[in-house]
Amino acid sequence: MTTTTATTTAPARVRSSGAGWRGFGRLLRTETAVWLRDSTSVFFGILFPTVLLVGVGFGIPGMREPMTDVPPDSIWYGVTPIATYLPTVLAMAIGTLAILSLPVTFSTFRDKGVLRRLSTTPMRPQAIIVAHLVISIVTTFVGVALALVVAQVAFGIVRPEQLAVVLGAFVLGLLSLFSLGMFLSALVNKPSTANAVASLVYFPLLFLAGLWTPGPIMPDIVRQIGQFTPMGAAAQAMDEGWFGTEFPMLQYVVMAAWTVVLMPLAVRLFRWT
Amino acid sequence: MADPIVEVRNLRKTYGSKVAVDDVSFAVQPGEIFGILGPNGAGKTTTVETLAGLRTADGGTVRVRGIDTQRDPVAVRDILGVQLQEAALHDKITVGEALNLFAGFYADPADPAELMAMLDLTAHADRRFAKLSGGQKQRLSIALSLIGNPEIAVLDELTTGLDPQARRNTWELVERVRDTGVTILLVTHFMEEAERLCDRLVIIDAGNVVAEGTPQGLIDALEGGRTVVVRFAPQDVERGRRELAVLVDRDAEVEGVAPVDGSDTEIAVTGTRRVLFSLVPALATADLVPDDVRTVTKSLEDVFLAHTGRAYATGADDATTDTVLATEGVRP
Repeated sequence: MTTTTATTTAPARVRSSGAGWRGFGRLLRTETAVWLRDSTSVFFGILFPTVLLVGVGFGIPGMREPMTDVPPDSIWYGVTPIATYLPTVLAMAIGTLAILSLPVTFSTFRDKGVLRRLSTTPMRPQAIIVAHLVISIVTTFVGVALALVVAQVAFGIVRPEQLAVVLGAFVLGLLSLFSLGMFLSALVNKPSTANAVASLVYFPLLFLAGLWTPGPIMPDIVRQIGQFTPMGAAAQAMDEGWFGTEFPMLQYVVMAAWTVVLMPLAVRLFRWT
Repeated sequence: MADPIVEVRNLRKTYGSKVAVDDVSFAVQPGEIFGILGPNGAGKTTTVETLAGLRTADGGTVRVRGIDTQRDPVAVRDILGVQLQEAALHDKITVGEALNLFAGFYADPADPAELMAMLDLTAHADRRFAKLSGGQKQRLSIALSLIGNPEIAVLDELTTGLDPQARRNTWELVERVRDTGVTILLVTHFMEEAERLCDRLVIIDAGNVVAEGTPQGLIDALEGGRTVVVRFAPQDVERGRRELAVLVDRDAEVEGVAPVDGSDTEIAVTGTRRVLFSLVPALATADLVPDDVRTVTKSLEDVFLAHTGRAYATGADDATTDTVLATEGVRP
């Protein structure tokens, strides 16, 4: 200890510039290192999309044969089923950490008093939220990139017809799903509740995004409902961008609306204790 | 006296209709170990959390080094180290990582390696938080409260859940920290801890300060004399109680005779400083040979009883480690 205490100190401002976010780099590095020790998050965030693609692509017969049993004017005509699965898998990938991981992480922080503990230091507790958003988004990108590379190598994925539409749908999907994740994080208090709520939201979203019934084989009712969910809209918009020629206006608006409504709500409702 | 480094004046804090802190005032001098002692639910933690700017007061002022922490809580975070009751760390972060991480938040941090050495944590630097023992977790928590080189450290219930040996080690540690010049605000419900560690303290009950002073000063100021506890063989207890009870009316030195709560064989005799002189001849006359006779030392528990009219009881949350007895003022 090198402390020397001034015994009679006049009231003084001790705040120095930079306080509040000082040490953020170290916080981000430490949180990343600690987070990587949680193998479940790492698996679901990075490997799951790829595992799913490869499993379905090689596990189900005919997934790699071009489809000729759809109407010739369909956007999927001549495309392999596994290629039509890709937009759905990507939509799932951008929602996995947002919905399954963030609410549990943040409610655990709240429950354990991590956020309160930070409040007593010069570091703002917001910093750890930002750090985990960064970690989750970067991990999501890594998972998506891995899935794309493996899909290219294993199946030779089709070049998107409208790359900009796919990218826009990806970004909007990311924003809307992370907004939903943050909204859930704001609402639930206990890690156990967070786990339950996250699953209750995540699996219906997967269904409506077509994880069990992708692209051509999706029942119309699922498509009709799914287009109003953030994950379903992301999958359909990327689908259209990948194989179609139209602009998925409705899906874009849906994702933007989820984001615009939920993100400010999440910020407003978030509790620190 | 120097200007107080911490000053709390007429603090009040309510949660809905529940009054957590009614009216609490005290001042802490630089370099002392100042105790906030009271039973669970007395308002101790609320007081220090408000002091640290984590809660909004309903009335009164709280100042740390002259800074109103209600108006400007951020201004004291570099000089006020806080150890909260609960653990508040990731299960998977290691001791070394946690200290390095927190060191990064402060303008002029202490050396994590030095702190680990001082708190006997060096050997556990790579151990994850979840794998630490209770004592190691507490030591890490103390280390984290000191990592910013604070002028004041708030230590809240720091030995709860520790075994007696770990508790005594922690006490020594707190004294060592104070010797480095850090003012310590010690929140505890544990009488022995306050008596052993604090230079001065306030006793808080139901949101109010009921006593303030040095531990010995508070004990010395107590009215009244002595308590002697006599233990009889089981077959003699009833006769012994009857023989001694006679003394209350007969002898001015004896004021009360009563069985000790929770004991079948012990009788407590209270009276003046000379109560023993009255007691022994009476036993001799009746030919009652006690198994044990001892005088009861007054403690902060008696101070609490004298000021609140209630025996000190801490609540059931840590009954396994704390042996604070509520025996109507008699401590066997």
